[in-house]
Amino acid sequence: MTLLSVENVGFSYGAGRRVLKDISFSVPRGSNVGLVGESGSGKSTLLRLLLGLDAPQTGRILFDGQPLEAKNRRYLREYRKRVQAVFQDPYSSLNPAHRIQRIVTEPLRSLKIGGNHLEMAREAIASVGLDADTLTRYPHQFSGGQRQRIAIARAIIARPELVLADEAVSALDLSTRVRVVDLFQEISENMTMVFVSHDMGVVAALCDQIVVLDRGHIVEAGATAEILRTPQHAYTQSLLASIPRMPIET
Amino acid sequence: MADLLTVSGLSLKTADKLLVEDLSFSIGQGERFGLIGESGSGKSLTSFAILGLLPASIRPTGSITLGGEQIVGASERRLSSLRGDAVACVFQEPLTALDPLMPLGRQIAGPVRRRLKREGIDSSRAAVKREVRVLMEQVRLPDPQRLFDAYPHEVSGGQRQRVAIAMALACQPRLLIADEPTTALDVTTQAEIVQLINALVADLGISLLFISHDLAVVGQVAERVMVMRNGRPVEIGTAQQVLTKPHDDYTRNLVAAARRFDAALEGGA
Amino acid sequence: MSTASTAFPRRSKRINITFWLGLVLVGGISLAGILSLFWTPYALSDMAGGRLEAPNASHWAGTDRLGRDMFTQLMIGARIALIVGCGAVGIGAAIGVTTGLLAAFATRFLDDALAAFMDILIAFPTLLVAMLVVAAREESSLGTAILALGIGVSPIIARITRILTKQVLGQDYIIAARVSGTSWGAIVFWHILPNIVPFLAVNLALQFGLAVMAEASLSYLGLGAPPPNASWGHMLHEAQGTVYTAPWGAILPGLALFALVIGINLLADGLRDRFDPSRRDM
Repeated sequence: MTLLSVENVGFSYGAGRRVLKDISFSVPRGSNVGLVGESGSGKSTLLRLLLGLDAPQTGRILFDGQPLEAKNRRYLREYRKRVQAVFQDPYSSLNPAHRIQRIVTEPLRSLKIGGNHLEMAREAIASVGLDADTLTRYPHQFSGGQRQRIAIARAIIARPELVLADEAVSALDLSTRVRVVDLFQEISENMTMVFVSHDMGVVAALCDQIVVLDRGHIVEAGATAEILRTPQHAYTQSLLASIPRMPIET
Repeated sequence: MADLLTVSGLSLKTADKLLVEDLSFSIGQGERFGLIGESGSGKSLTSFAILGLLPASIRPTGSITLGGEQIVGASERRLSSLRGDAVACVFQEPLTALDPLMPLGRQIAGPVRRRLKREGIDSSRAAVKREVRVLMEQVRLPDPQRLFDAYPHEVSGGQRQRVAIAMALACQPRLLIADEPTTALDVTTQAEIVQLINALVADLGISLLFISHDLAVVGQVAERVMVMRNGRPVEIGTAQQVLTKPHDDYTRNLVAAARRFDAALEGGA
Repeated sequence: MSTASTAFPRRSKRINITFWLGLVLVGGISLAGILSLFWTPYALSDMAGGRLEAPNASHWAGTDRLGRDMFTQLMIGARIALIVGCGAVGIGAAIGVTTGLLAAFATRFLDDALAAFMDILIAFPTLLVAMLVVAAREESSLGTAILALGIGVSPIIARITRILTKQVLGQDYIIAARVSGTSWGAIVFWHILPNIVPFLAVNLALQFGLAVMAEASLSYLGLGAPPPNASWGHMLHEAQGTVYTAPWGAILPGLALFALVIGINLLADGLRDRFDPSRRDM
């Protein structure tokens, strides 16, 4: 069953060039879909549309069968209860002036979700593998990997159905990245995930479907294994060939 | 064959913190050496120490010799002539490494003119321009005619990095330090720049110190590598040995992590 | 993980010295100003001493050319300076922060228009703006001077607010907040203000100093508030003719002005560091 479906979406900033042209794909409920592209591919813009921060000029986005109304505040509040996000830079995605408890519970307060917020925060922080005393501290006291875990806790605290991740592991060191990818894998068992990244290796490890973007177009989309084994489009082929691989044992 | 660069017992400290501790390695003439480390490993500080560019608050001890000349404790004047002559470097972010208000051709011309003057060769405007054109072709910049007068923001990231490499080569260094030169680039561009660096180093017979957090990229460039962690050397050996049969636990973890994403690409996730 | 706060022990100690020195200077002047409401050594217009006496046991700061006690005038001057500073910065911040936030959130066209307007206002010296306002009111009172100075400093505050707000708006936590469903009002209150206030505070202190100085200049030019609201600037104006025979009449109000401006700046520096969680002693 389809949770999110993007239909013939086009977008441009102001009167400028088109950033997205005729984008169509769908995200089945429970799946992990990777949006892969290099700089200028339009993947970040597409993510903004999926987050309801901008509205597409042509085409439409359907969430659970209903059109995403990016300009309807009442609709957006309900949408945000079901869709949350994790961003790239762990150093700028947490407000440095607040304690972790306030940061993690922000969706609960903003979306007016009831319940014992402290208890929910403890649970969310534990589920991303951090200690409970994390909640009383400030962002600057944590490493990049720990901050990204905190950002993930914030994204899952309201128990959304869909999590959108924007280059969410790209800024992390390799050894940290592996562990955060593991964490994403774990949380994605109970929800749907769209993972935007330039890193084909990470997407291959996390996603069962891949959409490849180049200069605002979808050049190829399908099952991850399929695309990795037999990439059809020349761009996908060169992208895969360019990824540096580890030397093989001799 | 004598080593070009020898670092022995190098420690870097501020008033209250030890940043790099007891680092020793050497790079031979024409050798490609890789320095691997995650953030906070001290790999970039090490390159700054070799370039004599450490901030005044960081005090180096131990020894760094480049072509027989001691760098630790050398005068700023001596260091600046070494930087223009024996050693040059390329950094991560090609946009901030270039002057945004100066056409690319003139940026490359600066170090070219200094070298021609130093060697007492004809440094007239025409001669400099001829040299710049040669360098631009060497780094395979397309359409040098147009790029000569273009400004940094008018060209792509990969082309900017080529310009930065041309500037580094303009002084004909014996050692090229490349500090995360492909980290800010797209994968397809990264592959081209790695290829270019490999080709140039081989053609010109210069030594290379390649610094990166990306094991696979270092594996494509370096013959020998050293792994650093928290300012300390962890493992040193041939690239083949370290990246396929690491001895140290930390290196083993890194290699396993890198291989996991490789395996995912092979469809075995 | 608490290494960040312990890494620079020396720095936090220095910050404390700055903070405490500022607190002592501003606190001392504030106390004198508040005390002047209830008690002064003499009445303001009481010509109790000889003319132009040097500082002595009964007149701690000497007397002016009419024989009035200078220490009394200094205490009242402290009160006036604080009222002028707080009032002008309060009015300036109310206008400036609102305009700055508006400009940062406005459409491109409105933002450009507001920015240009602020630039024009900034190009007018604060003192000149203040003089124009005083002239327009056709009478010089303390209220007029405060209003004038508040309007005078507001464009600078607006411009700084706009720049700081734009910086914060570019951070990922703003997008994260929007995605969390946080309204723009709450974003301003919870995310923007806490992150711009530490930097704004330093600037407000600077404006406080400028306002106090500007009022002194207005008074010196004879455009300030008339007695009994005599300020330090007024004292300087009075001491002008006798600066060679009785230098303390000019030196003491000058020193008081200097101490207040320096003190408020030190205090703001210290406060900024306390506001910033990453520099706060844990």
